[in-house]
Amino acid sequence: MSVSPLEKPLTTSGWMSTISFAQKRRLRPERFLELFFLACASLSIMTTIGIIGVLIFETIGFFREVPLWNFLTDRQWTPLFAKKEFGILVLISATFLTTVIALCVALPVGLLAAIYMSEYASEKARRVLKPALEVLAGIPTVVYGYFALLFVTPLLQDLLAQFGIKLSGFNSLSAGLVMGIMIIPTVASLSEDAIYAVPRSLREAGYAMGATRREVITGVVLPAALSGITAAFILAVSRAVGETMIVAIAAGQNPRLTLDPTVPVQTMTSFIVQVSLGDTPTGSLAFRTIFAVGMTLFLITFILNVISHAIVKRFREVYE
Amino acid sequence: MTSLASSSTVLTPTWAPIRGARRLWDRLLGPLALVATLLGLVVLVVLLIDVFRDGWPRLSWQFLTSFPSRKPEEAGILSALVGSLWLISLTALFAFPLGVGAAIYLEEYAPRSRFTEFIEVNIANLAGVPSIIYGLLGLEVFVRFLFPITNGRTILSGALTMTLLVLPMIIIATREALRAVPDSLRQAGLAMGATRWQVVRDLILPQALPGALTGTILALSRAIGETAPLITIGALTYIAYLPPFSLEGLRTPFTVLPIQIFNWVSRPQAGFHQAAAAGIIVLLVVLLSMNAGAIYLRNRFQRRTV
Repeated sequence: MSVSPLEKPLTTSGWMSTISFAQKRRLRPERFLELFFLACASLSIMTTIGIIGVLIFETIGFFREVPLWNFLTDRQWTPLFAKKEFGILVLISATFLTTVIALCVALPVGLLAAIYMSEYASEKARRVLKPALEVLAGIPTVVYGYFALLFVTPLLQDLLAQFGIKLSGFNSLSAGLVMGIMIIPTVASLSEDAIYAVPRSLREAGYAMGATRREVITGVVLPAALSGITAAFILAVSRAVGETMIVAIAAGQNPRLTLDPTVPVQTMTSFIVQVSLGDTPTGSLAFRTIFAVGMTLFLITFILNVISHAIVKRFREVYE
Repeated sequence: MTSLASSSTVLTPTWAPIRGARRLWDRLLGPLALVATLLGLVVLVVLLIDVFRDGWPRLSWQFLTSFPSRKPEEAGILSALVGSLWLISLTALFAFPLGVGAAIYLEEYAPRSRFTEFIEVNIANLAGVPSIIYGLLGLEVFVRFLFPITNGRTILSGALTMTLLVLPMIIIATREALRAVPDSLRQAGLAMGATRWQVVRDLILPQALPGALTGTILALSRAIGETAPLITIGALTYIAYLPPFSLEGLRTPFTVLPIQIFNWVSRPQAGFHQAAAAGIIVLLVVLLSMNAGAIYLRNRFQRRTV
């Protein structure tokens, strides 16, 4: 029995050469188990290949019927109408709009929460606050959708009416705000890890120079933790772009090219939901459209995730 | 708060004295950060109060044991609740062995190679893929391609899709649990002449299993709230029967709690909105009990090892 190249060489060379015949017999089912475990681990690669393969396959079918140029430059999105137009910009504008609104909430609030937990809170408070914030990320998104549509929107309608602004029943404003609340823990938790890792000596050096606490935080700690914070921000963007149920429930199903947060819009994800809810025959153009949209969505989030990982890897400051 | 800083101003005369704007900003940041931390929690409380105020009066035995209906006051959650429990048990059945197996391979068997590293990066990336994309994968592979096995838009297709979705989370949690087992245990086992599998089965797994179980339950509690991938693979919203308790039952159409809630929220009538709120309470109770189970397991585990 040869030494498998799959096993750790350090340990295998030790015990594989000295085992008895009886032990060798035992090893045969071992090989099966090892192969089973390898298969389990490979399943993740198969999933990735499956996702990319499926998206590419259906997207190619889509672009046979719709020219890529039209997909990228059209100003209308009407794939379910008689006169079909496929301007993905329309859906991207809505996704961009809800994402930006969400980030306006999640980035400052998340970062400040991270600062509070690592710089101000006692160890005891920190141990309570962090998991409490994590609860926000554990609430099902359909619940947030309910909250956005039936609580936040009516509240904002009353509030904005006093300024003479008419807020539609479906709008990207409340969907974005609630989505921002949902991704606070993503920002807070990851930024806090980065801030917490900044060594105490840096802070003390700041204080020794006569800086105030605020100056130490914004002038020393945050710059030192910048790579981790940036990675957290990018991950938050990726979460917001891929979020589905909140926008599907509260932002509406009206594809339009606009940056007006008070009117109904349709994001990439809610378009996929809209088509999936209908009775779309597999293999039709409408069916392929959701894969083309899915491909766009996948590429955007994938690039964001890769950038986030790269930033953490490359710019991480290593402290003694 | 400022004592440390202000006492040192004497040493650095180039600094402006801590007065005016400098002092104001210093005093402001702490409370501002506290408000930000509490903001999320306040919203959470408001959300819960809102849901309970709308849904509590609607919650009844009749609601739990009725099928969906056209009339909001008769609509119930039974098929969605049963569907969710079915789906999550089936997902656990598939995902737990696969996730633990993958984690065992990566922690206990895999050599440090390019290939292993590739798998690791790949799992990290998969955890960041939006869940709706998994729905598209499930739609093509499980609903269309494996139609002879899954019978299309069925519980089985849903569970398989969910399995792929939760696997990265289970693998990451299980690897952490395996890494927490001290290396000396492995060396002792191998030195006694045990094979690698014997070491894993008899020494490592008993120690790591509670951690793996906790991670799995937490991953499943994410899955039970997932809506988007199941809508994409075409779970129905109107199911007025329970699946037969058999293998054939796995090949029947289904609905789950979040989809039923989504359906009710999307309707214009206020009666359905109340039903949605009541459905959310049921969903949150299921979620809460799963999380409580995970916490219970973790506590038991911690007490045992100390």
